[in-house]
Amino acid sequence: MTLGERRNLIKGLVFVSPWIVGFLAFNLYPLIASIWFSLCDYSVLSQPVFLGAQNYVDLWHDPVFWKALRNTIVFAVVAIPLSTFLSIGLAVLLNQPIAGQGIYRTIFFLPSLVPAISLAILWQWMLNGPMGLVNNLLRPFLNVINAVTGFHLQAPDWLNDPNFALWGLILTGLWGTGQAVVIYLAGLQEVPAELYEAAELDGTNAWQRFLHITLPMLSPVIFFNVLMSIIGALQTFAVPYILTGGGDGPGRSLLFLATYIYQNAFDYWNMGYASALALCLFVLIIGLSLATVHYGEKKVHYSGR
Amino acid sequence: MNPTRSSVPWFSRVALILLGVLFLLPFFWMVSTSLKPLNETMKLPPQWLPSSPQWNNYPNAMQAMGPFWLYARNSLLLAFLNVVGTVFSSAFVAYGFSRLDWRGRDGCFFVLLATMMIPFPVVMVPIYGLFRALGWIGTFQPLWVPAFLAGAFNVFLLRQFFLSIPRDLSEAARIDGCSEFRIFWQIILPLAKPALLTVALFQFMATWNDFLGPLIFLARENQYTLALGLQALQGTISGTPWHHLMAASTLVLLPVLVLFFFTQRTFIRGIATTGLK
Repeated sequence: MTLGERRNLIKGLVFVSPWIVGFLAFNLYPLIASIWFSLCDYSVLSQPVFLGAQNYVDLWHDPVFWKALRNTIVFAVVAIPLSTFLSIGLAVLLNQPIAGQGIYRTIFFLPSLVPAISLAILWQWMLNGPMGLVNNLLRPFLNVINAVTGFHLQAPDWLNDPNFALWGLILTGLWGTGQAVVIYLAGLQEVPAELYEAAELDGTNAWQRFLHITLPMLSPVIFFNVLMSIIGALQTFAVPYILTGGGDGPGRSLLFLATYIYQNAFDYWNMGYASALALCLFVLIIGLSLATVHYGEKKVHYSGR
Repeated sequence: MNPTRSSVPWFSRVALILLGVLFLLPFFWMVSTSLKPLNETMKLPPQWLPSSPQWNNYPNAMQAMGPFWLYARNSLLLAFLNVVGTVFSSAFVAYGFSRLDWRGRDGCFFVLLATMMIPFPVVMVPIYGLFRALGWIGTFQPLWVPAFLAGAFNVFLLRQFFLSIPRDLSEAARIDGCSEFRIFWQIILPLAKPALLTVALFQFMATWNDFLGPLIFLARENQYTLALGLQALQGTISGTPWHHLMAASTLVLLPVLVLFFFTQRTFIRGIATTGLK
């Protein structure tokens, strides 16, 4: 290394040093410590005592863990496609020469600004069984369906019914999907108009143009967004926690891995077990992200490559 | 944009209006409920508007929360410290990752990107242990000191911006004998104002909205942020006085909305670029 190179290296390291300290203290150390704690009986109040794989054996036999894992995966697998379809749909609707485009964009974006605490308390009220707005909008439709088909469909008591609580959370999440709408809209506006003009001359219809121009051109943005949504969905905690008044829902239907980590760490002071859970969550995030990247590489169209 | 500018199909217009109304309804319902007397919140079928708006619900809700202004002060203080810390430390680090060439830079940057895949719940147990060992549990430090150590996402955002500033600017300053820090401080930072403002806004929102951090690191009630104070209100009253809960929720949301309306352009542009780069 020449003198100049060494000087550059030192300069570079000085500038990135805050990040290096943060990385060591809040990323690398916690990951390594988690592995160690997960092999221990550890309550924070006393020194960790080595247990071997006991926490993982317990985890394997813990039905609550499986419930949390299942809820977390189901939530991600249902909520992410739904919000992706909704936000692409809204963005496509907005990407037309419509009066008040900016106002609509603001309307769709606003809910994503609502702090988790306000959002969750508002939706606790929206989803209230007898008095909530959602059910009061739903009932007329159910009445029509019941009258026509002879069914006896009832508006659910969303957050008190183990079969519907997760759907209540998904509905809450769909309302807050606005960031993605803004991102997709910006992506749509970058698609060159010539592509559409050429396709129109070739006699294609709007659906074909959407399928063969819009989607491929948008695919890198979709890919990035889905990846971020996966990481976000798998760590969901605050909204379901507040929606259930600081709990995990009827029949633990709103118990997620992050909730269970929180409960073990800060309700039961069982930090060893919480660390084992945290590592499971980490592996799940890495696994699903890599799967998305692997699958995405084949599907995503990068123009100019 | 679509070339057929003239004709927007009627069903697009109808769909937009319907969806717009649906997205606005919860806001309407929140404010409407917050202005009703208690008995009107429980009417069936629901009453769309209060028969006479009860503005008193707002001061009453604040009183029910306890020391509302203390919580507001705590939230603002934390938001301020986080914004200052993140903006300066992330810009400093982003400079090192974009305007300087040094061996191992790209490798380090890859590690930085990878850390975005580690969410807080995964690492919160050892971090809690760390802060406990430092004696910081029950103080504000865990909630602002890390902000001074740069956030991966913000570094990424600012690096993209710094890369777009011509290199010749730095070279010319170096030939004139400017120190690297002065180039950063006097040339690059002023040019990066829009990007810095974006980071500041995002960080303000993130801190104002944070729930899990205060929940685990704060112990005493007089340190609560608005989010924790509101959750305590929800817990103590077993969820019946919806008019108070909606009034308090509106109050917590209000600063965010005001900030958004004043900075809309920066905000929307910031969101759009994060998704496209």
